[in-house]
Amino acid sequence: MSVKPYSDLRAAEIAVGVRAGQLSPVDVVQASFDRACEMGAGSDNLNIVLSADDEASIAESKELITRRDTATDLGLLAGVPVVLKDNIATLGLPTTCGSRILEGYVSPFEATVVTRLRAHGAQVVAKTNMDEFAMGSSTENSAYGPARNPIDVRYVPGGSSGGSAAAVAAGITPIALGSETGGSVRQPAAFCGVVGVKPTYGRVSRYGLVAFASSLDQIGVLGRSVDDAALALEAIAGYDPRDSTSSEAEVPIYRMSALGIPAPQAHHPDTEALRVGRSAVPLPPPPHSRTLEGVVIGKPREYFPDSLDPSVRELCERSLERFREMGAIVREVSLARSPLAIPVYYIIAPAEASSNLARFDGVRYGLRAPSVAGVRGMYEETRSRGFGPEVTRRVLLGTYVLSAGYYDAYYRKAQAVRALIADDFRAVFASGVNAIFTPTTPTPAFPIGAISDPYEMYLNDIFTVTANLAGVPAISVPIGRVRHLPVGGQVITTHFDEYTMFRIAYALEASLGREAHQ
Amino acid sequence: MSVSRYEMVVGLEVHVQLRTRTKAFCACSADFGAAPNVNTCPVCLALPGALPVLNERAVELATRAALGLGCTVNPVSVFARKNYFYPDLPKGYQISQFDQPLATGGSVRIGDTDNGGDISIGITRVHMEEDAGKSIHDRYAGSTAIDLNRSGVPLIEIVSEPDIRSAAGAGAYLRILKQILQYLDVSDVSMEEGSLRVDANISVRRAGEPRLGTKTEVKNMNSFSAVERALESEFARQCSLLDSGGRVEQQTLLWDSAREVVRPSRTKEGSHDYRYFPEPDLRPLLLDAQWIARVRHELPELPDARRKRLSLDFALAPEEVEQLTSSPAIAEYFEAVARASGDGKGSYNWVMGEVMAALRASGQGVDAFRVRPADLAQLLNLVRDGTISHTAGKRVFAVMVETGKPAAQVAADEGLLQVGDSGVVAGWVDEVLLEHPEEAARYRAGEKKLQGVLVGFVMRKSKGRADPRLVNQLLASRAG
Repeated sequence: MSVKPYSDLRAAEIAVGVRAGQLSPVDVVQASFDRACEMGAGSDNLNIVLSADDEASIAESKELITRRDTATDLGLLAGVPVVLKDNIATLGLPTTCGSRILEGYVSPFEATVVTRLRAHGAQVVAKTNMDEFAMGSSTENSAYGPARNPIDVRYVPGGSSGGSAAAVAAGITPIALGSETGGSVRQPAAFCGVVGVKPTYGRVSRYGLVAFASSLDQIGVLGRSVDDAALALEAIAGYDPRDSTSSEAEVPIYRMSALGIPAPQAHHPDTEALRVGRSAVPLPPPPHSRTLEGVVIGKPREYFPDSLDPSVRELCERSLERFREMGAIVREVSLARSPLAIPVYYIIAPAEASSNLARFDGVRYGLRAPSVAGVRGMYEETRSRGFGPEVTRRVLLGTYVLSAGYYDAYYRKAQAVRALIADDFRAVFASGVNAIFTPTTPTPAFPIGAISDPYEMYLNDIFTVTANLAGVPAISVPIGRVRHLPVGGQVITTHFDEYTMFRIAYALEASLGREAHQ
Repeated sequence: MSVSRYEMVVGLEVHVQLRTRTKAFCACSADFGAAPNVNTCPVCLALPGALPVLNERAVELATRAALGLGCTVNPVSVFARKNYFYPDLPKGYQISQFDQPLATGGSVRIGDTDNGGDISIGITRVHMEEDAGKSIHDRYAGSTAIDLNRSGVPLIEIVSEPDIRSAAGAGAYLRILKQILQYLDVSDVSMEEGSLRVDANISVRRAGEPRLGTKTEVKNMNSFSAVERALESEFARQCSLLDSGGRVEQQTLLWDSAREVVRPSRTKEGSHDYRYFPEPDLRPLLLDAQWIARVRHELPELPDARRKRLSLDFALAPEEVEQLTSSPAIAEYFEAVARASGDGKGSYNWVMGEVMAALRASGQGVDAFRVRPADLAQLLNLVRDGTISHTAGKRVFAVMVETGKPAAQVAADEGLLQVGDSGVVAGWVDEVLLEHPEEAARYRAGEKKLQGVLVGFVMRKSKGRADPRLVNQLLASRAG
């Protein structure tokens, strides 16, 4: 293998090495499994992997060698090991959603994102632990036990994509897929000190993502670096005829933003090399006083309340200072309706969930409670046994808010307020602001078992749910640590402008350097 | 019981399966009659992670139906989830439309008032939805079997205003609705195969009372006449309830066709709360005005228009046109025969007589009928110009039904070409007079009524080929 240890390799470095024949996909996958063992990814320690099949993975790696030798293009992620959140349908490995009700369930079809990853040469090595049906912010709500944060095993990795974030943080894979409904990629990314992206709603196909709240759900990517995340998103983004809500908007070469170019350029000399992944990592010029020249970054006052943890505030201020040093203008803005986001989210998401989870009825697949009298009894027993307490709570909440006589007061009103929250973002972006910067979470990771009140848990998502409600893209980038615990800063841009989001994230990452993890 | 003091108020909900090749939200075949659960995929089985994609053909057929029923098609309509648990409803919700349906505000003319005005039934709305699967309770002891072939098949629901005032009116509405849908070519409209289903909402009120009474919903009728009988039965039940000082309870009733009564449904329909909300997996359905205009422009001729045109073009009586237009295929067949032969009345007689009898006998549809309109027109012409007799024509027709051969060829092959040569016919006449000396004598003596008998003898001798006019002339000349 190369001089760098596996766990330090970026996805692009692996891809270039594999494509050039300098790295063997089999060795890479083996290194990933070795790292997982070394870090204790299994249920007895970090508990971040729910299923893996090393023999099948090695066999797939050998096919990849054949593919390379027959001169077919291996794609952007040639040989790159990836892990997937366990709510993304895969052939081969089970898709349990962290739930008893789908224990052992193997999907007969594969999610579009998985097909695209494989087409780009990626190697799926494991499915990761998660809050049951993505309902939670700590990966404590998994039917298969809580996952742990590799930075400090006493702490949660965040959630609901906690297993995916932890796998990347533990160096098991350079990239991972998670899913977001209200911050479920960005929050664990922040807690584990990795990069997490929630793309624009419609940017990535949801086909094969087990639905939680369809109008909010979006598959996201986690990466050790901004470049890992950009590469992964480029591989999976784009229109899918199987998802009616996916967008036909063209997918730019996100990694070109690393060069500090303000907008995607088709005729740039590096375009072709980046498009096919022949270039390992784009070489950005070291950050300087004009790196973000002309960029206006909004600092929304609602996301910096007086109650904000002072050390989190301090790290955010440092990042904002770096933006200024790189030539950006930082402007205070207002997203006045954002404080309403949590109540709105906890009406809309459970409402959709109550309907989406109705299919888990014991009739066709998954758990069926044995020999209960009558079909109604079978439903009740199956769902009572199959769903954990948080899922049950949200299904009941969602059923309630959609009920006759309550629909207008809750669901309809929540949708109206959701539109206002989105209007706030629109207005800020229309005023000449290119991006919004906020803390990803109000605090760093908390100890396992520390939060038992559901509402207190929900407040973890206070800075992230707005992007889901408005449908805009957002990224969480490590911006430093409080004590030893990572803190994330969030960059939000307007619909389908992931390019600018990545550009700012690359610049921030470069300007912070090692400080991002100190 | 004083039924006459009460008025029946009925609105009908008609579910019609659209004739598409594939299902509403996936690429599975929508065909009826496959082995159980063969036409299924992750989408219509509701496997975790599957998503619906709208079938554009279904939208086009639904739009055509809505326009044909005089509805306004909405430029924006929204799919909604109707949530309820049932083992043959895989997702736990049905994708339907709720507060923003595809189309609203149409009407169907079902007859004329005494002073020549229209009797019309308003159409409240036409919306799109998907079908559920099928639960089979009687195949396996102690178990219910589920067939999901039908799950996701596209339907439209046509909701009428409560404009119907009698069971017969309901029947008339349904027959005309079915006819219109047949003309629009959007569905097989077969109650037997389940591609047309009817639920009835019925209430009663005292004659002259403007307010509506409490309604019940009657389901499970398997024919139009069953709908009529169920409505009569439920009407009588509600009337006697009111007469005895009782109140009608809002509920769902099932028609028991064996015992000819309605009985309460086992599931308490009134307790259902469907928790409708907009379907987040599908975008709102946007139909641009040009597209709607194109569908409208391509609408086929509807029954009323065709009746008017046929009666004008071929000088037919209203009842005759009514019969001919009952199905679009028959009307088209008739029109092709009439145009090719130039004989409207004759075409009517043949189509409603011989053709219908042959179709009934074989159980075929007219589309598969071997006698094509051009061939039947040729036969009509052969009879009209005397090449063959009317009697021989019927025999030729029978052979055409069997063989599909053209009329002229059959007539020639069978030796049925009419003989108009007076020498040959005179020979037959004279032979008959010789063979029947008694009748001949009485005829010659002036017993004119025997002429018919003698003509019959000649026709028999000639095997139907003799031109009857010539036979009559020759007999008259021999009477002296």
